Amino acid sequence: MSSIPILKQREKQIHETGAAPYEMTCDKQSLAGSVSQRACVFCGSRVVLYPIADALHLVHGPIGCAAYTWDIRGALSSDAQLHRMSFSTDLQEKEVIFGGEKKLYQALCELIDAYNPKAAFVYSTCIVGIIGDDVAAVCRRVSRERGIPVLPVHSEGFKGTKKDGYKAACDALFQLVGTGDTRDIAPVSINILGEFNIGGEAWLIRDYYQRMGVQVVSVLTGDGRVDDIRRAHGACLNVVQCSGAMTFLAEMMKAKYGIPYIRASYFGIEDMAKALYDVAVHFSSEAAIQQRTETLVRDQVNAIVPELKCIRADLEGKRAAVYVGGAFKVFSLIKALRHLGMRVVVAGSQTGNADDYATLRDLCDPGTVILDDANPLELSRFVIEKQADLFIGGVKERPIAYKLGVGFCDHNHERKTPLAGFEGMLHFAREIHTTVTSPVWQFVPFRNQGDTGRTVP
Amino acid sequence: MTASENNVEYTLKQIEITPTVSAAQNACKLCAPLGAALVYKGIRGAVPLLHGSQGCSTYIRRYLISHYKEPVDIACSNFGEQTAVFGGAVNLKLALENICRQYEPSLIGVATTCLSETIGDDVPMFIKQYLAGQTAASVPPIVHTSTPSYQGSHMEGFHRAVLATVATLAARQKETEAAGVNLFPGMLSPADIRHLKEMTAAFGLAAMVLPDYSQTLDGGLWESYHRIPAGGTPVDAIAHAGDAAASIELGHALAHVAETAAALLDERFGVRAVRLGFPMGIRHTDAFLQALSAVSGRPVPTVYREQRGRLLDTLVDGHKHVNNIRAAVYGEEDLVAGIVAFLTEIGIHPVVCGSGGHSRHLTGVLEDLVPASWRAEMTVLEGADFTAIETAVAKAQPDLIIGQSKGYAMSRRLSIPLVRVGFPIHDRMGGSRLLHVGYEGAMALFDRIANALIEQRQDGSEVGYTYM
Repeated sequence: MSSIPILKQREKQIHETGAAPYEMTCDKQSLAGSVSQRACVFCGSRVVLYPIADALHLVHGPIGCAAYTWDIRGALSSDAQLHRMSFSTDLQEKEVIFGGEKKLYQALCELIDAYNPKAAFVYSTCIVGIIGDDVAAVCRRVSRERGIPVLPVHSEGFKGTKKDGYKAACDALFQLVGTGDTRDIAPVSINILGEFNIGGEAWLIRDYYQRMGVQVVSVLTGDGRVDDIRRAHGACLNVVQCSGAMTFLAEMMKAKYGIPYIRASYFGIEDMAKALYDVAVHFSSEAAIQQRTETLVRDQVNAIVPELKCIRADLEGKRAAVYVGGAFKVFSLIKALRHLGMRVVVAGSQTGNADDYATLRDLCDPGTVILDDANPLELSRFVIEKQADLFIGGVKERPIAYKLGVGFCDHNHERKTPLAGFEGMLHFAREIHTTVTSPVWQFVPFRNQGDTGRTVP
Repeated sequence: MTASENNVEYTLKQIEITPTVSAAQNACKLCAPLGAALVYKGIRGAVPLLHGSQGCSTYIRRYLISHYKEPVDIACSNFGEQTAVFGGAVNLKLALENICRQYEPSLIGVATTCLSETIGDDVPMFIKQYLAGQTAASVPPIVHTSTPSYQGSHMEGFHRAVLATVATLAARQKETEAAGVNLFPGMLSPADIRHLKEMTAAFGLAAMVLPDYSQTLDGGLWESYHRIPAGGTPVDAIAHAGDAAASIELGHALAHVAETAAALLDERFGVRAVRLGFPMGIRHTDAFLQALSAVSGRPVPTVYREQRGRLLDTLVDGHKHVNNIRAAVYGEEDLVAGIVAFLTEIGIHPVVCGSGGHSRHLTGVLEDLVPASWRAEMTVLEGADFTAIETAVAKAQPDLIIGQSKGYAMSRRLSIPLVRVGFPIHDRMGGSRLLHVGYEGAMALFDRIANALIEQRQDGSEVGYTYM
């Protein structure tokens, strides 16, 4: 086996805890020629806005960007389903030469007439600015003519990283916020930000808050509705999940409407309970809320603990590698895995910032490899070196794990199972158990050649 | 509260699809760089490199991985704002260097994207400059394919990459008599490519198969870490393509395209071009085997005579399940043509044939394949999206839909069974192992089509027959 080299320019984005000094470089454009697991600005915008189910999502550009994002996520909707369609202006050479505004205008009008959306988002892809299309002007015109908000999303793929795409999506959302009626909103009310209702997760979370006596004005954007977003400024608190995705919107709402925000994560027992208690504390003037929260958490935890204990017995001492999009999710997963008796030996994210990596270092056991914007070769190298039994990632990481004979848990947006909330923790534990304890691993050549086979020379 | 089965049923049926003129809805095609990347994955030791934004490689990787369930490393030159303004020369050079350092490839396959094409990057010149600065021994060959996604679909990207690879590497190396065969299979499954290689080998022919991702995208577990999965056509074999006795190039629609790899080898080195449809069904498998027989000078081996016998036996046994059945078929043009060719042999009428491809050859090809009396009922949609296809299918009300996974929503909404073929298979296991070609492929396809119809009858009957 040949050794797997690390590119020199990448060395500062990899760190092993315990080895000083700790200087993680991050927030960088991916290195040319490396097979980054990251996507682009467009992807960031598409991820955030996708679950708004009664809006039209039109991708302005050649066909690829729309084709690859057609109905790929497990983001559920309780009624409208328009988000599951893939709409593209499918630009051809003619439009690239003469401009795509006319086609964009016609496509928007036809689609709005056909589907009656509550709003339309128009995503700019790489070439739109370069061919000189004034997307904002077309959006204004169609909005005027059709009487619905038509919002440009400045998501040209090359203009930064996925995080810039989050920001572009938040800019578009911010155009909607503040345009709805807020009169019936209670003083104890929140918006849930950065929760995308994968497998129905937002429904679980919203239900918890409502049982605490907190009104949920809007979920952005899980099972999202344009009218709910329009009145989101009427809420008293924003609860923001996911490191980067919707903090931008929370900041803007704080500046303009004076709405404070707190960060939350709904993965794992500890973080889930904390997300509820933090909201209860915020509304501490309402004494009953604290009481109801305690009861809720106790009941929920009691309901899942017996099965978690059984699962833990089989997983105790196993090692995990975690590589996902946002760093905040990594924190929660490390804690959730500890609950299952497992130790994280490789941890990384596509989009973490300096603060995130500092937190991560403090959270990890000594000897854990921390990675920013890793690629398949690096991930493979450390999965081998650290002898992981489990990999938590997305579709692109799955074959790495499987080829090496390591169990895998999909924690990305393609999954169909809710992993958030207390109920989600149980699904998570079951899935990890299913993959790690499979008898197929006994036949895997890579795991059956003694210690020498599991190290990198 | 999570979605119940009933809820899901409600949700898909709730979308009332409405065709539009200017917008593509639920495209039945992918972009050109995907096709090129797939071809490069079929070359031994090759790393594909997309010259453009990060998302292009990531989306394409995810799409391919979800089908093949194998690692698919595709590098990217990762454009930033500066790159888009000042051009991609620096990024491309850096990308080539980093790939060489990290992967030690035996070939780098560059494909452009809409971005690099629109800003006017002169990629051949960048590559030339890069190579000029290197010592010959350390640098792998670099192939460049122009694949702007605003020109054609993933199939154009695929065929252009095959052509570009041959144009860059192929030569006439030997003075000796031409021998062996070049096989350009088109976009088939790894199982198909394996089967075609077996057939070729059975005639004692050395074959250069391009692309050959039968192992790179359908391999076993790893005993040790592989930077680049094993398998694929060796670069050296491609370099000898000019020495072959003939090239066999597959694809009904492709056969009408002027500039292809087979045509180029014919023109440059006098390698005879045999251009056939996909060997799907009896007649086209016969034609393929006869072509191999002609090139090799050997008779068709017994094993294939036996397979053909078993296929005919199967078709006779099951003919009443399928004769006069009406089907919709969609996918790449060559796949649609190949499937339709087989359907006509067993009495299934193709009433809707749809493709996102737009080579302008599909209608003509299908009219040649389908009996004259069936044509009036057949709707052919070229350059179509799934909304147009579904609208035609809803009108035609066929008994069966045949195509890739993305037609599932249509199948579900219209309550018409779907038999999965082609790419992508994102909702079932075994997409890589689907066999479409040869007598065995026809047999497998026949069983699945007949069983889908039998199952529908069985499930639809109140009696609950256990004996059909």
